[in-house]
Amino acid sequence: MFHLILFLFFGLICVAGAVNLLVQSHPINSALSLIVVMASLAVEYLLLGAEFVAAVQVIVYAGAIMVLFLITIMLLNAGKEERTQGSRVAFLLGIPGVLIGGGLIAWTLVTRSNTVSVPIGALLGDPQQIARLLFRDFLLPFEVTSVLILIAIMGAVVLASKPEAVARGPRKDA
Amino acid sequence: MIPLSYYLVLSGILFVCGVLGFLIKRNIITIFMSIELMLNGVNLSFVAFAAQWHSLSGQVFVFFVMVVAAAEAAVGLAIIIAVYRTRETLNVDQVNLLKL
Repeated sequence: MFHLILFLFFGLICVAGAVNLLVQSHPINSALSLIVVMASLAVEYLLLGAEFVAAVQVIVYAGAIMVLFLITIMLLNAGKEERTQGSRVAFLLGIPGVLIGGGLIAWTLVTRSNTVSVPIGALLGDPQQIARLLFRDFLLPFEVTSVLILIAIMGAVVLASKPEAVARGPRKDA
Repeated sequence: MIPLSYYLVLSGILFVCGVLGFLIKRNIITIFMSIELMLNGVNLSFVAFAAQWHSLSGQVFVFFVMVVAAAEAAVGLAIIIAVYRTRETLNVDQVNLLKL
């Protein structure tokens, strides 16, 4: 019961942050509400017993990735976005369509799926077991992702540097 | 005891919010954040199913998704900076040429 209350509370915060991301017109407000979504998702992971994933969610997602977003927003001095007029038919038909379709799917999921509950704490996602999986069964994908990160860093440096700096090549005096 | 379907509904709501933001937002950075929101929705269903089927592989997959998201964010934000440098705008309606 206590778990259900916690789930509903942080789930509500999560959805409120996601909706706030949509309605805010300034990108920095959207970024801050995305941080709220990610932090409350970390609590949902803790409720599922996934301690490692919850910690990584806070450190990598809410920490590193969102700081990257905030720095970019401040670097580019992004202002309020201009709204463009969408088509009226899509507006009138789309919102009821999404509500009806989503309501049907949610109703079917909640009422018709087998009512097996997720056991709390039955699966301990502690770092030791995850590391055993990560460095033994998933060793090759792990190494491949390290190469991917390296390529992404080099690509980011090349793309974000000024074009004339790339064309000129490395500085001679350095 | 929380039913699995509650988690799936929450992750579905997050994913739909991400899709909506991708479609209606006009700021390129906000569109990028909507993609992160979709990834988060998928991650939640990964962890929920991992707990349901007593398999830690789901959590390892979430780890890989986060790594790919980090790489994607770094490259994507660099592309946004490059686009802003040539166009002087973040509005996607005015970025209609593939050429940088």
